[in-house]
Amino acid sequence: MNMESMIAERVKEVPPSGIRKFFDIASEMEGVISLGVGEPDFVTPWNVREACIYSLEKGMTCYTSNWGMPGLRKAISCYLSNRFGLEYSPKNEIVVTVGASEAIDLALRAILDPGDEVLIPDPSYVAYMPCVHFTGAKAVAVECGPEDEFRLTPDKLEQKITPKTKALILPYPNNPTGAIMTREDLEAIAQVLRRTDIIVISDEIYAELTYGQKHVSIASLPDMKERTIVINGFSKAFAMTGWRLGYAAGHPALISAMVKIHQYTTLCAPIMAQVAAIEALRKGFEDGFASVEYMVRQYNMRRKVMVNGFREIGLECYEPKGAFYVFPSIRKTGMTSDEFCEKLLMDQKVAVVPGNAFGASGEGFIRCSYAYSIDNINEAIKRIGNFLKKIL
Amino acid sequence: MVNEILEILNEDSRRTPEEIAVMLGTDVETVRQKIEELEKNKVIVKYNTIVNWDKTDREYVTAFIEVKVTPQRDQGFDAIAERIYKFPEVKSVYLMSGDYDLAVMVEGRTMKEVAFFVAEKLSVLDSVLSTATHFVLKRYKVDGVILEDEEKDYRQVIVP
Repeated sequence: MNMESMIAERVKEVPPSGIRKFFDIASEMEGVISLGVGEPDFVTPWNVREACIYSLEKGMTCYTSNWGMPGLRKAISCYLSNRFGLEYSPKNEIVVTVGASEAIDLALRAILDPGDEVLIPDPSYVAYMPCVHFTGAKAVAVECGPEDEFRLTPDKLEQKITPKTKALILPYPNNPTGAIMTREDLEAIAQVLRRTDIIVISDEIYAELTYGQKHVSIASLPDMKERTIVINGFSKAFAMTGWRLGYAAGHPALISAMVKIHQYTTLCAPIMAQVAAIEALRKGFEDGFASVEYMVRQYNMRRKVMVNGFREIGLECYEPKGAFYVFPSIRKTGMTSDEFCEKLLMDQKVAVVPGNAFGASGEGFIRCSYAYSIDNINEAIKRIGNFLKKIL
Repeated sequence: MVNEILEILNEDSRRTPEEIAVMLGTDVETVRQKIEELEKNKVIVKYNTIVNWDKTDREYVTAFIEVKVTPQRDQGFDAIAERIYKFPEVKSVYLMSGDYDLAVMVEGRTMKEVAFFVAEKLSVLDSVLSTATHFVLKRYKVDGVILEDEEKDYRQVIVP
């Protein structure tokens, strides 16, 4: 039997991840300094870990409601209201998922039919395009370049809208560019969308990680709540990546449809992670989210060190306002992103991620994460500087 | 900004004013000035190093001593605390609530040396009523720093 021929067309059509190759080389190498990681270097706060251990001691090892534990949904509802001014009922407007990743997949599957089109800002997170493709719908890239500080602009959005456009994925603060959308930026996008029947899937996983200004959700703009599915989770804000816990909030009809898929494919998110998340939010309400604020202060310092470092060694870079990535241009080296990253890894043992892994518009850029200690960042920049001196 | 400077130096006192200026997005002169002020006002008392002496060949013991004292008229506990903390063997002194009054950390080369210090210097002081000496066997965490190998980075090298 030819096993290759057994694979579904839709799966075959998605190219292998552009990051995989570097991962394989880098993980074999000794003494690699990595700026390649898209997750916090903070370990989950001890009170959260301890709450999970205690729940295991008590024997909380069962399924939960498909929607997620009522206590957690209530806490998420308070959190969204408290932090972002979003009002969602814990009864039927919030579903707890296995990471924000599952929430994105559910949202797409709940609304897409084959032939529908989904607009995706480019560059952005690697999973959107494949997830759209798996549903039989078509992913349409909307280029967002450095000239707009990698923000989505109404003109570029409007150009890509067709009668088949069903949804827009709005991933801000953005991975890999660190771009954010201000209230004015979002209002301009909303003005375009209000004239259409387009659903917004707003991936706000980095919402807590903004510098200098607070995150604004497009769902908080007039007449936008009904058509928006807000995606968020605990990975970035509470340093809980490995717990795989996220959620979606939106119109009851959309969330019910998502729960329909979720209950048959996943049943529920793990109870241990849900218990831990309740503790993360409880502590947050108690101390005004002090540990979130602490992490943001640390990231902000590292962000400044990294931007300053790249500018000093002569790499042009836009100052990112959110997430924990810097996205410098390597165009002046004349290399492609892939070449640059591979040579840098071989020559200086520094692992960064080629920008084109996040879409064609990322070509000519590299993604560098500052979820590392300052000493690690300084060492990496020194090595990248040495590399540039050699090749320029 | 002052608190942010202190937070940075508290984490690593070797950070230079240049580095701190970049981290806080301000100029070097301002940082230098603030640090000088903090030093002058004794907000920054001292820059020191947390040493895990257990990993060296230096012989030493630390004892934690509970001291019950009689407070003195007009001076409360301050006068007797001062009498105690003036001894160079004494590394720290805290006034406590609860069963005893002063918590005194004493360091010496041997247990005998510390025991003699307590017997000859501490318990003979007029206002000291009683002492109870506990020797430290192992230090796990000092001033917020875990001495043995800390949690390592379990993250993969590259993650999207």
